[in-house]
Amino acid sequence: MIVLQSLLLAFIAAGAAAVVLTRDPARQAVAMGFYGLLLTLWFLAVNAPDVAYSQLVVGSAIVPFVLLVAVSRTRKQPK
Amino acid sequence: MNARARTLLFLASGALAAALLLWGTAGLPGFGRYPGPYGDIINAVALSERHVTNLPTAVIFDYRGFDTLGEEYILFTSVTILSVILRKREGPPEPSGAWGGFSEPIAWAGWLLSGVTGVFGLYTILHGQLTPGGGFHGGVILASLFLLIFLAYEARVFLRIFPKTALEALEALGAGGYVLVGLAPLLSGRGFLTNVLPLGQLGDIRAGGTIALINAFVGVEVAAAFALLVTEFIAEIEQKEARP
Repeated sequence: MIVLQSLLLAFIAAGAAAVVLTRDPARQAVAMGFYGLLLTLWFLAVNAPDVAYSQLVVGSAIVPFVLLVAVSRTRKQPK
Repeated sequence: MNARARTLLFLASGALAAALLLWGTAGLPGFGRYPGPYGDIINAVALSERHVTNLPTAVIFDYRGFDTLGEEYILFTSVTILSVILRKREGPPEPSGAWGGFSEPIAWAGWLLSGVTGVFGLYTILHGQLTPGGGFHGGVILASLFLLIFLAYEARVFLRIFPKTALEALEALGAGGYVLVGLAPLLSGRGFLTNVLPLGQLGDIRAGGTIALINAFVGVEVAAAFALLVTEFIAEIEQKEARP
């Protein structure tokens, strides 16, 4: 379990860095979704399946969607 | 402010924030160690007191049911405010189909996943008191069904099954139902949100008394609220795409 948790923590650190280093906001929203998936696995690994559920649906579906809508709404705005 | 001053300001405030964060982290209990008594007490008494096997649900819909009522109304208020603000747009209030029609693999993925997601969302809501999940989680899963149908066909297909008025009515039903379940015990002189229904058998889907009822109301409220949110956003984008 310790090995799994350490491995996941390393992945989460790498994933967070990847989200920050992604420059294009639309791609960043997708990267954020995958980062949410990593957090879901982490919550499962520390025996919190309830939280894992919330993280999965909110972090990997709703948040990227809202971000994509915001990106689409602000890009190409008539000046 | 020039770039040099800005960098200096960032370094100073960044160092302060990092120091505060490290100081706070040092005061936390060790990894995997639980100091507080409340979780242990709940683990010891909830099974026989409430006949549910998913103890987080017993906490949020019964022991701390009043807090969850406020939480549900945060979502209700946010979606209401969103609808009111976006209602000012000039275009049609509902998605018109101007945006949609995705590539075939994406449409297929949406089509294949939508049935599974719908059943899984209902399962998560209905078994909230037995297995991990509950109204909040299942509600959002059900609402993501809407996104999948949108990917598979277009937004209007979903709205033909669940018109916007029906979604609004369902959201109100979910939010109001929770309050009514809370008010009902007052008629017999007991406190707000007292668990008055028969508790049923441990591990049964009907177990938990008012927990199962509140759970279902929250599921309806959350699913309708997120579906409304997605509808408003898609209509908003379509209006923008249609503009020359």
